[in-house]
Amino acid sequence: MAQSQTEQHHGETVWIEREAFIDRIPRWIAMLGLFIIIVGIWHVVTTTGFVSAIILPTPGETWNDILFVGANIMRGEYMFEALVTTSLTVLYGFLIAIGIGFSLGLLVGETKFGEKAVLPYLVAIDTMPKVAFAPLFIAWLGFDIASKVALAAFIATFPIVVATAAGLYAASENERMLFRSIGATRWQTLFRLKLPTGLPYIFTGLKIAAVGVMAGAITGEFLGGGQGFGALIRQAASQLNTPRVFSLILYLSLLGLALYFTVVWAQRRFVFWNKAETPGGIG
Amino acid sequence: MQMTNPHLAPDATGQRHPVYEISGLSKTYARNSLVALKGVDLTLHKGEFVSVIGSSGCGKSTLLKIMAGLMPPTTGRVMLEGKPVMGPRSDIGMMFQHATLLPWKTTIDNILLPIEMREGRQAARNATDRATALLELVGLGKFGNVYPAELSGGMAQRAAICRMLIAEPAVLLLDEPFSALDELNRDFMNMELQRICLEREATAFLVTHSIAEAVLLSDRIYVMKPRPGRIDQNIKIDLPRPRNLDMINTEKFGQIVHHIRSALGSEAFN
Repeated sequence: MAQSQTEQHHGETVWIEREAFIDRIPRWIAMLGLFIIIVGIWHVVTTTGFVSAIILPTPGETWNDILFVGANIMRGEYMFEALVTTSLTVLYGFLIAIGIGFSLGLLVGETKFGEKAVLPYLVAIDTMPKVAFAPLFIAWLGFDIASKVALAAFIATFPIVVATAAGLYAASENERMLFRSIGATRWQTLFRLKLPTGLPYIFTGLKIAAVGVMAGAITGEFLGGGQGFGALIRQAASQLNTPRVFSLILYLSLLGLALYFTVVWAQRRFVFWNKAETPGGIG
Repeated sequence: MQMTNPHLAPDATGQRHPVYEISGLSKTYARNSLVALKGVDLTLHKGEFVSVIGSSGCGKSTLLKIMAGLMPPTTGRVMLEGKPVMGPRSDIGMMFQHATLLPWKTTIDNILLPIEMREGRQAARNATDRATALLELVGLGKFGNVYPAELSGGMAQRAAICRMLIAEPAVLLLDEPFSALDELNRDFMNMELQRICLEREATAFLVTHSIAEAVLLSDRIYVMKPRPGRIDQNIKIDLPRPRNLDMINTEKFGQIVHHIRSALGSEAFN
């Protein structure tokens, strides 16, 4: 909130605009302060016994377990193996989703056939709760990584299809007319105009897909077992080892962040001309 | 000021080499059987600046699209340099209301875009010197390696002029090119356009709905009437060249504007 006020300067009244105190705090102090407040509340409610230790561990216990899991990962022990398994699931799922999603998006966005015949089916499948397909994937592909990759890819494909198709529609009538008037072929118009124009849309779809692919991989591991982090979380939860659940989720979120910011980095690299405003420059 | 019926008499510039010739042109949209153009005859001579003016819906945009090869006519002959226009051609340069520069290409690469599309990247690279010379011509010499986001509206339109000229077209088709600019910029750009056209002996065809702009720039003005779209009058503007903005305040200029306004009739202001 900006508020204006008048001040005396060299005997003259000047009108200056001033931001409210809370908006003038530097970002890192604001983030750190909020962190301390949340952990403080957490500490108070758990150490006073207001919340049972089985439901919510104390910050101290959680921190110790984060260190334990971190050490296990750093030494390349079984949690490292699990992290590698989940990372590969996410990576394969994401790459497959990009391949299929982008191709279907091109089909829907660039051809009348795709728009008339393919799109209605895609919309129909997209409205289904995709997690419900997990048992099918396990039945088809077994308890190995393949069924989790399939579920992750399945969930992440649709945002990419929609974003690619929307991106291909994004070129304005003026730009299309320009390309026709300079004798551009259909392929030239697609690759030199429609795709570059659609890149910001496509990257937005990729960011949504990056979140979805994580959810798909972990859901697959919850339901289909295997060697990944999802299985470790389920195991820890069944042993009421809540600090472990918390610290595993933390490392998992680091994996998600790494994927998300890889997409953000790629977007900055390839869509350098589109400096769309994003809150705080994140994403 | 003299008036001739375009269907009967050749105009005074008739002895010059005709660049663009249209006869018996009509366009009926099949979708709603709307007659957008009927019986349009029109000739552009080498080095001539011709404007077409008319109310919205008089078919002037349709006419321009057919002339650019972006749309087929229903009947009639459309000839550019003796060859029928069957689609977009490299000897037609176009400019639109918006500069439409691609934001991911530098100014110079935007200017080279028509060459890149028609002849490939290597040919575009070879034409870099020509593009640089054009940028100098419009006063953008220092802005070749800048992205369009850093150009003002007027600068972007000047870059669009370069893009239109890069393939050295035989005719320039201008679709309200400066109507998105503010008035000061528009006057300035019109003077720039005149200078460039005179320097290059360009044959230009301007669609506008500013009477003053048409009078200031043109050797001849076609007045169009709607329903069906047709050419109603062919008015020769015999003001001396080069024109300047002060001419707008002369009595003669006022008379010409007045004449065109009454030729457009009341239907232009509905």
